[in-house]
Amino acid sequence: MEASPNGRVVRLRAVKAGKVYVAKTGNVIALEDFSLDVADGELVCILGPSGCGKTTLLWAMSGLHALSSGQILLDETPITGPRPHEIGMMFQDANLLPWRNLRKNIEFPFEIKKRPTDRALIDRLLEEVGLEEFQKAFPRELSGGMQQRASIVRALAQDPDVLLMDEPFGALDAFTRDEMNLLLLRLWSETRKTIVFVTHNISEAIFLADRVVVMTTRPGRLAKIFDVELPRPRTIDMTFQPGFIATIQEIKAVVESGYKHTVEV
Amino acid sequence: MSQVPSELRDEIPSFEEAPPKQDHGPIDWTGLTSVRTAKSALEIGTIIALAAGLFFLIQGILEWTNEPEYVIPRPISVVRALGTNFGTQYGHHLWVTFQEFIIGLAIGSTIGLVLAAVITQKPFVEKVVAPYIIILVTTPMLALIPFLRLSIIQGFSMWPIVVAVALASGPMVLINAATGFRRTDLAKIALARSYGASTFQIFRKIRFPLALPMIIVGYMVGSIFGLLTAVGGEMVSASDQGGLGHQLIYFSSIVRTANFGAVVVIISLLGVAIYVIFYFIGKRWASWES
Repeated sequence: MEASPNGRVVRLRAVKAGKVYVAKTGNVIALEDFSLDVADGELVCILGPSGCGKTTLLWAMSGLHALSSGQILLDETPITGPRPHEIGMMFQDANLLPWRNLRKNIEFPFEIKKRPTDRALIDRLLEEVGLEEFQKAFPRELSGGMQQRASIVRALAQDPDVLLMDEPFGALDAFTRDEMNLLLLRLWSETRKTIVFVTHNISEAIFLADRVVVMTTRPGRLAKIFDVELPRPRTIDMTFQPGFIATIQEIKAVVESGYKHTVEV
Repeated sequence: MSQVPSELRDEIPSFEEAPPKQDHGPIDWTGLTSVRTAKSALEIGTIIALAAGLFFLIQGILEWTNEPEYVIPRPISVVRALGTNFGTQYGHHLWVTFQEFIIGLAIGSTIGLVLAAVITQKPFVEKVVAPYIIILVTTPMLALIPFLRLSIIQGFSMWPIVVAVALASGPMVLINAATGFRRTDLAKIALARSYGASTFQIFRKIRFPLALPMIIVGYMVGSIFGLLTAVGGEMVSASDQGGLGHQLIYFSSIVRTANFGAVVVIISLLGVAIYVIFYFIGKRWASWES
């Protein structure tokens, strides 16, 4: 296996990935010539404005959608469909099944895979995210943050090697989002999963990531990759430091260079 | 890359704008499952007091106007007729009507449910079948019973009525269930797919539970239409066993209005019982939605 720029084994690789959506009004190029290596145990954030193809890229990585050109490799083998044993996917909003209680939601993947439920692991994860008392509750009885924590437990209980996260905290308020980001970093530091995290929030991306991959919109292309030098463990305080804010501005400039600014008042 | 599931059809569900919620078919029957019911002792007590009040008010007016019993029966006579004849006569006819209803509903709803699950998989099939479903929904099936007795199912068995009940209730289950199965939540299907779910697993664990509230509404509406058809069918052309509809014709022809009233009460109570059963089924299996 090849080594990534930082010397670790490459887990997930996008090779000249491209995606064209065929629509009646014309073809939309959602993703073009996108290449990226994600190292084992790395936390990469993919950042870009709405419609830049970042979700398309993530769905292709998960094997849920096919690419029009190029390919995604997991441990050097092409992904042609879902990989339930290696890849875990977390969706925008918690995506819990409303007719199942929290516990049954977490057990759902076990049922699909026809595997015995790993009760001990679920219990431990529930305790870790502070949901052990809400196992019987239905999703509508839980707050957005609690639903999202349940969704994390559902994904981690499958013990995937790679976790793909599609703007999981996008719908949460700023305080809950900070809390979820800290929780995610804590769980990641314990498990060292490979994580690809898609977001449109610059400070969230910097706060979480080893590397921030910035994309431009239409067609979705890789604009620039930023290495985040912040030490770990990270704290919310770091987000107020001048270095952090400078990085935000630097990334913002790259994102905005992709736009043609025409401000009409 | 042929393994990409057809369910996802290259559409990424958008979470910014919620998909338009289509919770019901052409007619909104969903209100049936969400009637607000009395809970406190005061509410229940008031309902009973109102019933008793109405009972005695009607009784009082009829006594006061001295209306003859054969024009409008006194409420007390209806109750008396119920008490004396239920075991000897009405019970049998209730059982006949109930059998016609329940067998017809079972057959009709099963076919309707399976058809709904099948046709919603293919938009083309759905469009081709739609006009025929509307004909089935709008045709009063009890009109077919005399014809069935003469031609296809000859004789005085209950089967022509059972078939009519099935034809009346089945399409109602079908259109409502089809509405339910059409609610495809791409994000939830994607979730199941990401864990390697098969098409059948997606149906059983995602599509079916998602459709269940509408299926229950379909059963509720279908059973109302079914009961109507069973009683109406017996009025048009009863089996040699009789049935509640047949009793209505019989008692009105010999001007026994108290007995007539008693049969009407039994039919309404049967209707209410069916409603209550589906109401609680809805509460148990579909309460996540409201």
